[in-house]
Amino acid sequence: MSVSQTSDATDLGAPAAPAARPIPWRLLLGFVLPVGGALLWEAAVRGGLAEGRLMPPPSRILQTLAELASSGDLWLHIQATVARVVAGFALGVLAGTLLGALAGASGLARALLDPTLQGLRAIPSIAWVPLFILWLGIFEASKVALIAVGVAFPVYLGTLGAILSIDRKIIEVGRVFRLSGPALVRRIMLPAVLPHYVIALRSGLGLGWMFVVAAEFMGASEGLGYLLVDGQQLGKPAQIIAAIVVFAVLGKATDAILVALTTPLLRWQDVAVRS
Amino acid sequence: MLELHAVSKSYANGTRALADISLSVDAGEILAIVGGSGCGKSTLLRLVAGLDVPTRGTIRVDGQAIASPHEAVGLVFQEPRLLPWLTVARNVGFGLTALPPAERAARVDAALARVGLADYGERWPRELSGGQAQRVALARALVTRPRVLLLDEPFSALDAFTRVDLQDHLLDLWADTRPTLVLVTHDVEEALVLADRVMVMRAHPGRIAGVMQLDTPRPRDRQSGTFDRAKRQLLADLGRANTWRPGEEAFPTAAI
Repeated sequence: MSVSQTSDATDLGAPAAPAARPIPWRLLLGFVLPVGGALLWEAAVRGGLAEGRLMPPPSRILQTLAELASSGDLWLHIQATVARVVAGFALGVLAGTLLGALAGASGLARALLDPTLQGLRAIPSIAWVPLFILWLGIFEASKVALIAVGVAFPVYLGTLGAILSIDRKIIEVGRVFRLSGPALVRRIMLPAVLPHYVIALRSGLGLGWMFVVAAEFMGASEGLGYLLVDGQQLGKPAQIIAAIVVFAVLGKATDAILVALTTPLLRWQDVAVRS
Repeated sequence: MLELHAVSKSYANGTRALADISLSVDAGEILAIVGGSGCGKSTLLRLVAGLDVPTRGTIRVDGQAIASPHEAVGLVFQEPRLLPWLTVARNVGFGLTALPPAERAARVDAALARVGLADYGERWPRELSGGQAQRVALARALVTRPRVLLLDEPFSALDAFTRVDLQDHLLDLWADTRPTLVLVTHDVEEALVLADRVMVMRAHPGRIAGVMQLDTPRPRDRQSGTFDRAKRQLLADLGRANTWRPGEEAFPTAAI
């Protein structure tokens, strides 16, 4: 009979065996380099092999963090920085997505918008700082605007690229089933662009963290960038490194949140490596 | 039931893909279209599907002119073209959103069972083999119960064994509702196993070179003498159609 059910397909859909999963070990592997390096440096300073004044050992950095945390300053600075990133990221994503969707949807809009946007993208974003300060003042608005500019361009590029790379063949499936324009967007184009879009959001978020430092360098009385400047001016390398560590943790954590939020939407992907 | 009248298709670059195709297919008939690559057979199918519009001429299904995809016409592509973000069951039900969910689920389950993939509904397309994916594509096209089903070299990417398997299976499915089938293929055996009529096309521009009527009842024995004779004759027809050079014919409008 013709309808054999020989399962020559890969068996990815079968429920995973409940045996011991190696994943926790894999996660721990990521700590080997930073923790190992920190321990080595600590040992080197304690053993008198290195002086540790300009590059303080981990114990001093942890101590600085603990002091900042207990005085409540740390939370104040983190809160200020995170609020700026969130606001700038939201605005940048909104602008980048709208412009990208517009340019992707219509050749006319693309011809109109894309050259200008590519030109603006070529400007180092820090170059906007003086102008934003003149326009928006030295407080939050100019900082958020700078972060939004940094976020908007990768999101724009990613959105536009994702739309332009949608497979014609899959659009034709929608046409054969006589989907209306909005239904075609909702049922075919949105899911098709989602994987690229998530990557665009992640690179946008990374740039958001980059630009918040630039924004806080241009004069802030609170925020992790302020801690950096303050550490430099008062010669407190432990404080600088403590702020850098906090940046690393926050950047990684927000990226992980973004990934965790979008992973359920991308389960269908046929990828070579699953993280 | 499917009528093509003097259909021509030219592209903006001046290429004439099809010239003056007139053709009538009865309800429930299985028509195979064979021809070398570039003879316009896939273009013809896209016109009937409403994905492209003819430059001249008309295409009608049950008297209704086709200018865009029509609910009575289903299409199976050369590749399965399943939507990777939908499970197998949701892919099959893709064209059924107008139905209430319970009825849709019942139709999808029945269609999946019919193509032998009853247990595969919750799988992702990436988990299917090529043959399984093409069966899902068949189920997706048939579940809307089209009166005309167009197939564009649907089994050409599959291995020989799976191909024969799916050819038999297609006949099985066709027997359920007996839609009109138009099958484009470059596989002469496939045409002879499945079709009531085989239309041979030649290129530059694409036109009908000849039509072969097959009266042997199905299922047909691929090993029999009759089958072999028909195959040899069709191959000879195809050979003649393929060696036809452009310019040999002074009057392109001459009747065939």
